[in-house]
Amino acid sequence: MREIKELLVQKINELLDNGTVDRVAGWKAGEFCYDAAPAVFTKENIDELLYNGFCGANQSKFLVNAATTENRILALLKPCDTYSYNQLVKEHRVDPSRVYALGIPCTGMVDVNKIKALGITGITGIEEDGENLKIATIYGDASCKKCDVLLERCMVCKGKNHVAGDEMLIPDEEAPETPSCADRMAEVARLEAMTEEERFNFWREQLSKCIRCNACRNACPACTCRTCVFDNAKSGLAAKVNNTDFEENMFHIIRAFHVAGRCTDCGECSRVCPQNIPLHLLNRKFIKDINEFYGEFQAGADTTTKGPLTSFTKEDCEPSIVMERGE
Amino acid sequence: MLKIAVNEINRLFDAIAAVENLYLPVEKGGEVEFGAYSADAKVRLDALQTVKSAKDMFFPFSENLMKFHVEGKQISVEAAEKVNEEFVVFGVRACDARSFSILDKVFLADPVDTYYAARREHGVVVSMACSRPEETCFCSAFGIDATKPEGDVVTWVADGVLYWEAQTEKGAALTEKVAEVLAESDSAAVEAQQAAVKAIMEKLPLAGLDLSYFTSRPELEIFKRPEWTELSSHCLGCGTCTFVCPTCQCYDVRDFDNGHGIERYRCWDSCMYRDFTMMAHGTNRKTQVERFRQRFMHKLVYNPKNRDGEFGCVGCGRCLKKCPVNMNIVKVAKTLSAGGEQA
Ligand code: SF4
Ligand code: SF4
Ligand code: SF4
Ligand code: SF4
Repeated sequence: MREIKELLVQKINELLDNGTVDRVAGWKAGEFCYDAAPAVFTKENIDELLYNGFCGANQSKFLVNAATTENRILALLKPCDTYSYNQLVKEHRVDPSRVYALGIPCTGMVDVNKIKALGITGITGIEEDGENLKIATIYGDASCKKCDVLLERCMVCKGKNHVAGDEMLIPDEEAPETPSCADRMAEVARLEAMTEEERFNFWREQLSKCIRCNACRNACPACTCRTCVFDNAKSGLAAKVNNTDFEENMFHIIRAFHVAGRCTDCGECSRVCPQNIPLHLLNRKFIKDINEFYGEFQAGADTTTKGPLTSFTKEDCEPSIVMERGE
Repeated sequence: MLKIAVNEINRLFDAIAAVENLYLPVEKGGEVEFGAYSADAKVRLDALQTVKSAKDMFFPFSENLMKFHVEGKQISVEAAEKVNEEFVVFGVRACDARSFSILDKVFLADPVDTYYAARREHGVVVSMACSRPEETCFCSAFGIDATKPEGDVVTWVADGVLYWEAQTEKGAALTEKVAEVLAESDSAAVEAQQAAVKAIMEKLPLAGLDLSYFTSRPELEIFKRPEWTELSSHCLGCGTCTFVCPTCQCYDVRDFDNGHGIERYRCWDSCMYRDFTMMAHGTNRKTQVERFRQRFMHKLVYNPKNRDGEFGCVGCGRCLKKCPVNMNIVKVAKTLSAGGEQA
């Protein structure tokens, strides 16, 4: 990662100096070794830019509000971020002429909460050591497998290829391999195999933890309504709390339906949820069904293909098939 | 000092639950929150913190205030019953224990919030000293002693034994009710743990956090600092920081239409939200910079100014752990302190 960081800083300086962009959406070091906060940089503070294994935060949605000035903003996009970026461009939520998108390589981003969940706390340092992480803590040294503590989306990485970008920092063919630690649909299949009651209980246990902080929605690159129905006083649905079990479920089910066919499976929802609710499983269930009913589809793979739920073709499956399949 | 072996701790919980309602950290869906004790509850005293803080027990996330029933042309109004039974909140850490006195100054000041007051009156706080603070903890910056928390009873867990000491009359009364399961003990193990944890507290990365800038410079000068824009650049306005914070105290009152009438409830609100303090003419804080600034001005400037120097933060570190964009009170404090004129 060190050489990549050097290349990156060089490239950014070049783009700032030649006037291609006047600022950069990147990550900044914080209080802890694992603290990489999304931040905006200019020529003055660009030496504070950080790029390491903790830069999970997806910068694409930030562009909805940030890429509105005459001068272009430089967006550093990991391979997965380019899917969200494409989707936002496709939905006219980001104007690509106001962005200079630089594709940057990635070898998997660590989720520090997963390290903490292993009982490793008081963390003062984390170092990569091949397939493992060496972790220094105030209570002594510890280690764990990198594959066990990656962000959910990185466990099932879409691969090292970028699907958007004005330029690549290094060509995708030369980029290091991205991780592959799990089968993307394994958990969905496990839920499908449950009885209806088991599945209902699983989701009730998870969704009843929800504190309606809205972090999932606000971080989601597919949730870009100017006023969400759940904030709109005139909708009759606006609330700051889940009043009933029904509302608790509804908030998430409506959200999952609304992003179906548009969700790129970037996993931001699960990454940011303070209650660790596996929200990505709702989206992946939709993705799995869409793939089965309408053929393989990856949202954000490009900016032109019509989505399976927003287009009609003669090959589309009959609604009755969907009806019969749903128990 | 009294004690009970940790592997017999259910005897203590059963004894408390026999005389009072008992709430303590329990695991649900992989996360730990304060919840009711039952024989099959997965009690997690080892968890340093719950996601929502213990304020949830006194100023709950959501509570009903009244109900309106409509039948034909008849409308009846029914006030929600206030808590009138004793209850025990077990396992409150020092940071959360301190947050109650910050909340008291808001909710028990005139006009008294009777719902909160009823819970404070009937609630017994059994706190628990920390043996394994995390790097995000900075309670010591507020003079909080994590090795001897406030609370009606304080407990310590050391070497497989839970030690118990009453600190108030309420605590002594509870102790009497459960005395039969507790044995007399000296305090050697507790003192040894306290010394060890104090040494760790000093080594924590945020231990020396200096907040003097916020009490020494004029309010307007801090308010006008240009850094607010950069600090809030990525804030999602999600409100996670306010919902997990033990000292955030804002609430909203709303009506819920249940189909047969209205339930009026109040729930936590967040100054990070667009519709916070929305009025007929609109809102006073139109941008996220202004909303973001409000949260931290309240905690770091307005609170100490109006409450004898007491900050609106207890250093629990929850906002450090949970903000989706890694922004938090420590970064705000350090950035403004570093760039600001010193008194
Ligand atoms: S981020 Fe988690 S807790 Fe917050 S609203 Fe979404 S699901 Fe609920
Ligand atoms: S500071 Fe962080 S947690 Fe708080 S509202 Fe902003 S993004 Fe959400
Ligand atoms: S501001 Fe942050 S650290 Fe302070 S009490 Fe609130 S959640 Fe805890
Ligand atoms: S902030 Fe202090 S009291 Fe709170 S959990 Fe950490 S060490 Fe314990």
